[in-house]
Amino acid sequence: MSPSPSGAQLTLHEGSPSMPSLQTASASRFGRLVDVVLPKIVVAPTMVASLVCFYGFVLWTAWLSLTESRILPKYEIVGLVQYQELFSNERWWAAMKNLGVFGGLFIFFSLAVGLLLAVFLDQKIRREGALRTIYLYPMALSFIVTGTAWKWMLNPGLGLEKLMHDFGFSDFTFDWIVNPDMAIYTVVIAGVWQSSGFVMALFLAGLRGIDDAIIKAAQVDGANLPTIYRRIVIPSLRPVFFSAFMILAHIAIKSFDLVMALTNAGPGLATDLPSIFMYQHGFNRGQLGLGAASAMIMLATAAAIVVPFLYSELRSQRRG
Amino acid sequence: MKQSRTPLHALIAGIGLLGATALAHAGEVEVLHYWTSGGEAKSAAELKKMMAAKGHTWKDFAVAGGGGENAMTVLKTRVVSGNPPTAAQIKGPSIQEWGNEGVLANLDPVAKAGGWDTLLPPVVANVMKYKGNYVAVPVNVHRVNWMWVNPEVFKKAGAKIPTTWDEFAAAADKIQKAGFIPVAHGGQNWQDATVFESIALGVGGADYYQKAFVKLDAAALASPTTEKVFDTLRLVKKYTDKDSPGRDWNLATAMVINGKAAMQFMGDWAKGEFTAAGKKPGTDFICAPAPGTAKAYTFNIDSFVLFSQKSKDMKVTNDLAASILSPEFQEVFNLNKGSIPARLNMPKTKFDDCARLSMDDFVATSKSGGLVPSFAHGMAMPSATQGAVVDVVSNFMNSSMSSKDAVQKLIAASKKR
Repeated sequence: MSPSPSGAQLTLHEGSPSMPSLQTASASRFGRLVDVVLPKIVVAPTMVASLVCFYGFVLWTAWLSLTESRILPKYEIVGLVQYQELFSNERWWAAMKNLGVFGGLFIFFSLAVGLLLAVFLDQKIRREGALRTIYLYPMALSFIVTGTAWKWMLNPGLGLEKLMHDFGFSDFTFDWIVNPDMAIYTVVIAGVWQSSGFVMALFLAGLRGIDDAIIKAAQVDGANLPTIYRRIVIPSLRPVFFSAFMILAHIAIKSFDLVMALTNAGPGLATDLPSIFMYQHGFNRGQLGLGAASAMIMLATAAAIVVPFLYSELRSQRRG
Repeated sequence: MKQSRTPLHALIAGIGLLGATALAHAGEVEVLHYWTSGGEAKSAAELKKMMAAKGHTWKDFAVAGGGGENAMTVLKTRVVSGNPPTAAQIKGPSIQEWGNEGVLANLDPVAKAGGWDTLLPPVVANVMKYKGNYVAVPVNVHRVNWMWVNPEVFKKAGAKIPTTWDEFAAAADKIQKAGFIPVAHGGQNWQDATVFESIALGVGGADYYQKAFVKLDAAALASPTTEKVFDTLRLVKKYTDKDSPGRDWNLATAMVINGKAAMQFMGDWAKGEFTAAGKKPGTDFICAPAPGTAKAYTFNIDSFVLFSQKSKDMKVTNDLAASILSPEFQEVFNLNKGSIPARLNMPKTKFDDCARLSMDDFVATSKSGGLVPSFAHGMAMPSATQGAVVDVVSNFMNSSMSSKDAVQKLIAASKKR
């Protein structure tokens, strides 16, 4: 076909006033428009939701933390009085210390137990699927259920201690939950029980992603199993450690329901956490400004831990 | 409040009150309450019936959670969004806090018509007023300084029911030796504070209590009496069992009912647990004032505040306020709840011995000056101060803090606003 007739045809076609051709043209323009606009429309609601519900409310809280809001929000900025009040509050520092103890131990033990379970499960054992489900199951419970169940199990008059006494071990004592010095560790126990299965699943996925050839090569070189794990497998799980750490860190910092169900911040204030401090002052005690200030400090704490970690991790990834 | 002060609004309110039948376009009543457990829910149903009789539709707005903390969170969102319910269960100094926010309705017309000033003791009326205007209606009076006793356990241990804190120590020793738990206690912060305030009233007397915990006078708080109160609290703690932290109050009551424990310091809502278990006051259990507090009375009054509405029609608001204070509702409600009516001069025939004693003491102490608000139940301090004080008491209960340190911390907490 020569170019000129087709060109003429095209001109003719475009020039013709017939309806179908117009429709085709507009349809293709519409199609292009859809390609450009539709993704934006589809993403827009979540975008708006996260802008308003996350960043918007963060800004709102920041504003409230600078006001003297009591039971209802007030918008007149008075400066940093709420932060001064917060930093001179003994209960706040006790709560922060508890968060340090709980967060540190919770993250460490969840990672350790999760990794150990994953390594054991990865030994090509029988019934792996069933075992995996059993270990993962606690994750399906809400923290309220976990907290209530452990509250009963750890209660000396109802649970483990009574059981052992009934078996005849009358010297057995395990009264951490009613002991103000030890109660925070019961929160760690319940938290690790809940989360380590999930961490195991993460690690297991990571382990399955490691190329068998590397391990075979190491075996040929005469490396024994512990060495293979120590030198090859665990280092190559680095990104999984990173993800697990991020997830566990935010569970620890926002942890609220577990403690409310397990100890209700007690005995006394022995298991008080910043999130409970924030809730009680902001919503129960008519000190919304102080509650907002504590929420901002919690956000800053989370950012201080996560941002450098995120930054170094992403940078090393880009280099590697 | 701001709006309701306009003459037009007062006029409309007046018309709404007088011409109730003439203007009879029925409204919707929405009452935020946290009466969700058995006896309490029955009482709410009674109010619903009374409002229905006046031609209003009832929209239930119950938020579970006995202490009402969840309810307050819900209420705040409603008020902030400019859509408050007709009324909400709010009590004590919190009424003043809500008054400061300028969202409450003025009930003076209905109060004048109903003669509230003569129906309510002045101490109670003052709690219900914001800047001299009625903004709230009381439903009941709870006495907090009770001691619930299982006489059977006392008899087995050969102990005498204590009337002073010295006698308490002697009796508790005997009970412990006989193999019972002397004091049933639930280690939750408000229960710690409940015991603490009964001790403060018993050790220091009503005058000291009024100065230290109502007026928050630093000199009274720093006096040796406060240290003695903390010492006594430590003593009581010694006679509780080690499983008490976190226990609910009704489980502690059950220990007294079952004869595992000898006594519990708790408000008169505990009576409901005894009667529900089929126990009779006077024979199966004894209600006595906490040691040293026979001539004093810590009150905890539940009340409703009414919110000013967008529509200026006050009929619903006024009808609700009048119904809550009506003798019929006060009687039914308090028989169900175990408390006594806030309204004076009610017939006592249907009430039991504990309630009658409470009613007599209420009148007597309101004359003698022994009637004081309970701080542990949000009647005496702004919520921020109360929270801080309760934190100190609860911390003292659950640590080895010395009484001296506790006094210093208490003084610091009393300055929180």
